[in-house]
Amino acid sequence: MATAETTASAAPRPAGAAAPAAATFRIWRGQANAGSFADFNATISEGMVVLDVVHQIQATQAPDLAVRWNCKAGKCGSCSAEINGQPKLMCMTRLNTLDLTQPVTVEPMRTFPHVRDLVTDVSWNFRVKQRIAPFHPKPAGADGVWRESQADVDRPQEFRKCIECFLCQDVCHVLREHNKFAEFIGPRFLIHIAQLEMNPLDDGNRLAALKDDFNIGYCNITKCCTKVCPEGIAITDNAIIPLKERVVDEFYDPVRRLFRVFR
Amino acid sequence: MPGYDVHEYDVLVVGAGGAGLRAAIEASAAGVRVGVVTKSLLGKAHTVMAEGGMAAAMGNVDDRDNWRVHFADTMRGGQYLNNWRMAELHAREAPERVRELEAWGAIFDRTPDGRILQRNFGGHRYPRLAHVGDRTGLEMIRTLQDHGIHQGMQVHMETTLLCLLLSGGRCVGGFGYDRERGRYHLFLAKAVVLATGGIGRAFQITSNSWEYTGDGQTLAYLAGAEMRDMEFVQFHPTGMIWPPSVRGILVTEGVRGEGGVLKNNQGKRFMFDDVPENYRSSTADNPEEGWRYTQGDKNARRPPELLTRDHVARCIRREVRAGRGSPHGGVFLDIAWIKEKLPNSVEHIKKKLPSMYHQFKQLADLDITREPMEIGPTTHYFMGGIQVDGDTQMTSVPGLFAAGECAAGLHGANRLGGNSLSDLLVFGQRAGEHAAAFARRQQPETPGAVQDQIHAAIARAEAPFERGPGGESPYAIQHALQEIMQNWVGIVRTEEELQRALEAIADLRHRAERVGVGGNREYNPGWHTALDLESLLTVSELVARAGLERRESRGGHFRDDFPGKDDNWAKVNLVLRRGPDGRPESRSVPVPPLPEELRQAIEENK
Repeated sequence: MATAETTASAAPRPAGAAAPAAATFRIWRGQANAGSFADFNATISEGMVVLDVVHQIQATQAPDLAVRWNCKAGKCGSCSAEINGQPKLMCMTRLNTLDLTQPVTVEPMRTFPHVRDLVTDVSWNFRVKQRIAPFHPKPAGADGVWRESQADVDRPQEFRKCIECFLCQDVCHVLREHNKFAEFIGPRFLIHIAQLEMNPLDDGNRLAALKDDFNIGYCNITKCCTKVCPEGIAITDNAIIPLKERVVDEFYDPVRRLFRVFR
Repeated sequence: MPGYDVHEYDVLVVGAGGAGLRAAIEASAAGVRVGVVTKSLLGKAHTVMAEGGMAAAMGNVDDRDNWRVHFADTMRGGQYLNNWRMAELHAREAPERVRELEAWGAIFDRTPDGRILQRNFGGHRYPRLAHVGDRTGLEMIRTLQDHGIHQGMQVHMETTLLCLLLSGGRCVGGFGYDRERGRYHLFLAKAVVLATGGIGRAFQITSNSWEYTGDGQTLAYLAGAEMRDMEFVQFHPTGMIWPPSVRGILVTEGVRGEGGVLKNNQGKRFMFDDVPENYRSSTADNPEEGWRYTQGDKNARRPPELLTRDHVARCIRREVRAGRGSPHGGVFLDIAWIKEKLPNSVEHIKKKLPSMYHQFKQLADLDITREPMEIGPTTHYFMGGIQVDGDTQMTSVPGLFAAGECAAGLHGANRLGGNSLSDLLVFGQRAGEHAAAFARRQQPETPGAVQDQIHAAIARAEAPFERGPGGESPYAIQHALQEIMQNWVGIVRTEEELQRALEAIADLRHRAERVGVGGNREYNPGWHTALDLESLLTVSELVARAGLERRESRGGHFRDDFPGKDDNWAKVNLVLRRGPDGRPESRSVPVPPLPEELRQAIEENK
């Protein structure tokens, strides 16, 4: 069991927990952008997360309150929202990390078209992935087995932890402020390309597409995406910057250009 | 009456978890038109939550492994009530299905010589689970998704079926609605593959996501298909129990595979006290040997924490009942202790069990590298389901196929960890192949032939709106059902409690007929919950009914009033179907005799 010393900063956890308290949740309601905040009172008990509150309100006050969720364990990436203005997974946001003396605002991700209440239309993301050349394997060894060292796959495995919650897309300025949905693919799909390009078994090449079709140059590495990633993936440092370097090496390196001229 | 969109396919796949996507990929590869209907967004299905790995006798870590050992392990785990043909095909074909995933972009953890790494798991004789840390399900679903979207299949996201459509004695499609706009959709198909997963949402404490409402089982049952082994529900021994809001969330068996031990409140490793006879020769009798096993010593036997899930779950329940439990009604699972053995244990645990570290840190303020976890049993998996042909996965309804958790047979009375992900791949592939072949032999049906069924489905779906918000709350009925199933049809059952459960379920059915919702059809969770009740009530009734009939204890079915195994039940499967009066009819079917080769495989691995 945790001792008081090891969990000094967190809420008290052991048996005989704190008595239920109340808090106000200010939740966005409405359809297709014609919405407004509505206040709900919630009963709070130990260990609750924001998604618990949304479910409680559904069951007791607003049966039609729309929310998208699946696993409630931080593994599927369905319940993305903006909580007190911060992009987060509702299922992984503990109430003891929020100031409950003030109303807690819960809004849908603002970068995507609104459907209803907390639900947005994220289908653009699925269309983007369709445009990216899929994995294409190198031939296997003579015995039909691919061999690669763990050290070589550590990096692409980091990117494959992505749960497609699209919170990084939600905060990306290129999408959120500049609406470059037609030209840019956002951090989610830059790490998707990174895991393909850095997979030792893949023999595809997506660098030209990164430069011309997906405009990786639009990213000015403000690292907002990295800050909100619930999986802690170093999106900017480990994926986007190395990809930018590869694009530069491939298309703008003067020595390489010279080589190409004389080839 | 509201209108509907019409879609025509050769093969309609219902569900986009591992089995559904694998079936859709296979059917697409066969060159037929494939539609996929999925209740959630693509890549979010419950498969994503699988942690430990997929079992396949590749022999990368221990070359003594082969399909015969895997087959024997699966049959012993299932207490020989398995469909042995499925257990054979599964053991033979799983390695190829895993290699195929790698060819589609999956990146498994590696052995020192660069091959796919395999880990130990409960009930498996050798290290057999190909894995990626403790997020193997995510790797699998993302690989299938990213490969599948380039194979030409059409995916209908956030779409749920209300019924299957029948014509001339065969299944010719399904009718459903989409969540986002609330529009109705007619899917005409020459073959339908159900791959809808399990029934965990019928219970209060479950590791399953909301989608697990028994849709596929209910669709098939109402279409006249035979169901089997409905009494066998797997309660995973290690779910989170504190704080209350995370109760039920899975703690992977991989924790025990990496050396984690179970202790009661006296600090005792109680699993050494009760090792079943048929596992005694393969189980360590001291902690040191158990530890060596988890670290890959081929001469060591596995620790008793890695006995089958049904057994471990009941031992935990026994400790709690005897007053030796943890403060919140479970026991302790300790991986932190390995610091006595490994100098870099903190990094090791974070590398091997990253999701578990993250999950406890974030949801329970607990650092698993330093402190033991509190865990208890959670409803995890449904061994029972739709009866299928072992080779083709076709159900007793022509044109209707089933694969993955919603189908039954492979796991018998109890599933081994790691056999689920491989089940999805092996039988997803087979269902896709045979559904495509079946579809090629059929003529398409016209909407006219199923008009009455469509109108009836719309009328049922619209009824909650007609009763309006003053009707019964769908949430209240769902919660009441979960309580009944948890208390009376749970890990330990009795005749009296099962009877009481059946009466209570019948009462809830009457209440469900009065359920009402407000608002409109656009993304209305109240309405969705109301529509899910039919499935939840149907599977709950079938589980309780089958549980009442099997008057013995075996695998995932434990009767306090019949606590022992009964030889009369040892070779019999219970099969249920809907009778002419709308009530379930049951019959017991003897397990067919094993072919000589398979019998030998079991003998030599005893």
